[in-house]
Amino acid sequence: MTTTETDAVVKEPTAPATPSDQRERERMRRRAARRRGGGWWPYLFLAPWFVGLFGLTIYPMLDSLYLSFTDFDLLSPAKWVGTENYTRMFTDDPVFWDSVHATLLYVVVSVPLKLALALGVAMLLNRDLKGIGLYRAAFYLPSLLGGAVAIAIVWRQVFGGDGLFNDFLGWFGIKGQDWISSPDTAIYTLILLAVWQFGTPMVIFLAGLKQLPKDVYEAAEIDGARPVTRFFRITLPLLTPIVFFNVVLQIIDAFKTFTPAYVVSNGTGGPLNSTMLYSLYLYKKGFTDLQMGYASALAWVLFLVIAGFTAVNFIASRYWVHYDD
Amino acid sequence: MSAITPPRSSLSPLQKLRSATGSRRILIHTLLIGVAIVMLYPLLWMLSSSLKPDTDIFTHPGIIPAKLRPENYSEGWSGSGNSFSLYITNSLIVTIGAVIGNVISCSLAAYAFARFEFRGKKIWFGLMLGTLMLPTQAVLIPQYTIFYNLTWINTYLPLIVPKFLAVDAFFIFLMVQFIRSIPRELDHAAMMDGANPFQIYWKIILPLMKPALITTTIFTFIWTYDDFLHQLVYLQQNDKFTVPLGLTLFLDQTSGSSYGAMFAMSTLALLPTLICFLIFQKRLVEGLATSGMKG
Repeated sequence: MTTTETDAVVKEPTAPATPSDQRERERMRRRAARRRGGGWWPYLFLAPWFVGLFGLTIYPMLDSLYLSFTDFDLLSPAKWVGTENYTRMFTDDPVFWDSVHATLLYVVVSVPLKLALALGVAMLLNRDLKGIGLYRAAFYLPSLLGGAVAIAIVWRQVFGGDGLFNDFLGWFGIKGQDWISSPDTAIYTLILLAVWQFGTPMVIFLAGLKQLPKDVYEAAEIDGARPVTRFFRITLPLLTPIVFFNVVLQIIDAFKTFTPAYVVSNGTGGPLNSTMLYSLYLYKKGFTDLQMGYASALAWVLFLVIAGFTAVNFIASRYWVHYDD
Repeated sequence: MSAITPPRSSLSPLQKLRSATGSRRILIHTLLIGVAIVMLYPLLWMLSSSLKPDTDIFTHPGIIPAKLRPENYSEGWSGSGNSFSLYITNSLIVTIGAVIGNVISCSLAAYAFARFEFRGKKIWFGLMLGTLMLPTQAVLIPQYTIFYNLTWINTYLPLIVPKFLAVDAFFIFLMVQFIRSIPRELDHAAMMDGANPFQIYWKIILPLMKPALITTTIFTFIWTYDDFLHQLVYLQQNDKFTVPLGLTLFLDQTSGSSYGAMFAMSTLALLPTLICFLIFQKRLVEGLATSGMKG
């Protein structure tokens, strides 16, 4: 082994060279390689991230997969129960289905409404307007406050029986109800809260609109294209990459919603589990009932569902997202 | 007159369109002001409710209080059991720890991704982007068991230490994009002068990426401050509670008796975020827009 290696080194130089020349050249080459690769430097810079990736993401993912096949209450060792958690979830847990229902309703209604509003307002703002900065700020502020408990508390009062919303309806002679404690409407108050926070996608849309080529619009205007035509034929197609980006992000975000559901229902997910968003149910199973094996199974289902939605989004995007080449 | 204004017929179709926007402009402003009122009304209502006597909050729901009751603030502050100042102190410990952790660990990782070629870089970078989409709920329970075994429950360590391990991939991504825009010639010049990669990171990259670091600081601050789920899971005793947890205590104890105090503390709880927003409004919006664009 060692002899062949030394042979290779000895054979390598083709031009006659003194040993010091040869060593010098070798050193230069190594230094050049190190400059590009950096030797162990990149790993040193990435060390904290590696610890986090393996210790707080990859290992927990695998551990959670293992725990999902066990009965585990944190205090005693996990007991292997096979697929029992999963069968129970799908066949013997009505609350699970309540939470699936509430979550899907929440995602399917709030995301399109929010994005439509975000795009509409971004279109209105995409021109030389006085005070555009103020408008942008006013529309973005609720999104920034997004997950705050204080906002959820306000929401609870606004849509309560004697809240602000009913007062507003009263102006039009409509008699309101207690929107929060009615199982038919409680989830819609959460949806409205999500829609109210349309600022983040709006800002991203606005940045996208600013980059659209002006000459295309001028040509279309001269050709007599009406605003609606211009929107569907020019704006929307050119904006699809950004629409796609917003759709993916908002769906993931909506699936993760926790705080408003917790605060508005006082941690119960009620009335009648109508606001039992999936994250809230997972929290309750894991940390209130200490059924951590079952909660791990819930977590893996959530992970797979989000991954599935995202994958479908990416596959579908091939058919409707236009990237200019 | 006619010498100055060109005859109507000489306007191009485009100019005609432009001149017709005067009334449309008013319409757009009216629409936008309407939306702005809807957006800000709940916040103004909270502020005004925080200054009203309890009996007025629901009977006089207008924005301008008929009677002022600033005592809501002092009563809310002294709170139930613990003073609100304790919750604010606790929140500050958590948020400042998280900000320091994120700025250090994410900038280190971003520098490595932006400036070095190494084996498997594409795979590692892909994994990093993948963690962006991973819902925190998916790893919540095993992470809890890890911290439980370390006996870190009811301490701030589970809320701070992960930030030193660059778990917020969003900021790594943001910083990678930023470092890529810094000319490499600066690195090469420093290398000629004998600087090692750490010195380049410390003396050249970090000072130049200040805008990205500020964006990271503000967003980490606000998101950690508002992060209710993790604080709810990891903090168990009242004296360790942060502002969001302190607020929910109010919620439990308010059985219709001290709404004014609850709104007063809700208003105060939003204050740090509001101040950040007012100071850094432009940077927040632009940081978001540019990171979104490049995604």
